[in-house]
Amino acid sequence: MEPLVIVGTGLAGYTLARAFRKLDRATPLALVTADDGHFYSKPMLSNALARGKAPAELVTTPGERMAAELDATLVARAPVEAIDTAARRLRTARGEIAYSRLVLALGARPIRPPLAGDGAGEVLTVNSLDDYARYHAVLRGAGHVAIIGPGLIGCEFANDLLASGRRVTVIGPDPRPLGRLLPPAAGEALQAALGAAGVEWRLGTVAERVEREGAGYRVGLADGGTITADRVLSAVGLQPETDLARAAGLAVNRGIRVDAALRTSAPDVYALGDCVEADDQVLPYVQPLMEQAKVLAAVLNGGTERLAYPVMPVVVKTPAHPVVVVPPAPGRAGTWSVEAGPDGVRAEFRGEGVLAGFALTGAATAARQSLVKELAAAPA
Amino acid sequence: MKSWQCIVCGFIYNEAEGMPEEGISAGTRWEDIPEDWACPDCGVAKADFEMVEI
Repeated sequence: MEPLVIVGTGLAGYTLARAFRKLDRATPLALVTADDGHFYSKPMLSNALARGKAPAELVTTPGERMAAELDATLVARAPVEAIDTAARRLRTARGEIAYSRLVLALGARPIRPPLAGDGAGEVLTVNSLDDYARYHAVLRGAGHVAIIGPGLIGCEFANDLLASGRRVTVIGPDPRPLGRLLPPAAGEALQAALGAAGVEWRLGTVAERVEREGAGYRVGLADGGTITADRVLSAVGLQPETDLARAAGLAVNRGIRVDAALRTSAPDVYALGDCVEADDQVLPYVQPLMEQAKVLAAVLNGGTERLAYPVMPVVVKTPAHPVVVVPPAPGRAGTWSVEAGPDGVRAEFRGEGVLAGFALTGAATAARQSLVKELAAAPA
Repeated sequence: MKSWQCIVCGFIYNEAEGMPEEGISAGTRWEDIPEDWACPDCGVAKADFEMVEI
């Protein structure tokens, strides 16, 4: 029998492989990856500097051992070039692979903002262990880092760079950090706390140019200002990796479209993780991926399980002022009520008294568990 | 008393300290934590934690 083939050995691919193997020890399993296939903690990429972690130290289990534990064949450093869904074959940089069923766990790639200038190509992004290795290497001797993007990843990296003893400037068009996730009062609290910890904010404007200057860079802003920094990191968001699926004729919107059983539009081809759009949502976070892996493992084992997300708080790892948020569903009617204390903000989004979302910052994050419970019990 | 680490995000549960803010009092043994408990940082299930020596 041809194997079940999983393309991608990030958190999505490996979590699915583990969950699948718990149910099925017999079906041959092949893992195909563009990198080394090492298992590492993805969320740690944005807090590894302060912990003094070298890239190799983030690997918790090497690829060969993962393959052995999962009784799987690992095909590493083999980017997939094409999928033939009719013939059920993959073409990779290291030859062709036949599949009985295929799972795409391709992840997402960092969006690169349009930048002019001779340094634009050297702007860093970090979304994988390979990226982190490059980032870690070029940060040696860098005392000041400019970050483009005041969102979740930008704030986490800003906090990590500060904690590693560097100067940090964060640039972005929004009036406050995490502008799309947080109500204004919570964003202001984060802005103030990270500011007190040392972040220099350049909000309400965008980076337009990055020019080389000496051993570093000069970032030109739309408001006419400039920032000189040793390194420039871009963290403006992720876009699902969809090129391969699109070329293979799969239905793709923002992400690879899947139904509640994680099926794509092609027979026996499934997808999960940061590359998918499930239930019209792209949710590039850890917890949705875990839920998807659980359901998909069962489906691949003949189960009738379907995706139904629990309440999934988004946790922003900014130790200087932690944030937990469950944004209200788009279009949900209601209003924010805010309690702002000296150590944090507690904001609740309610419609007709019913809790539909919340945002907690600083010491107020202690209320997370009780609010998650209330939200889980609230009528949708 | 032992410690358990989330294999995904590195979050550590220390039995001696418990997690009072999550309603788990200090000294709560790992086996006494409900099976539906999840990692407070990333949502990973209890089954995906491993025992670590600190």
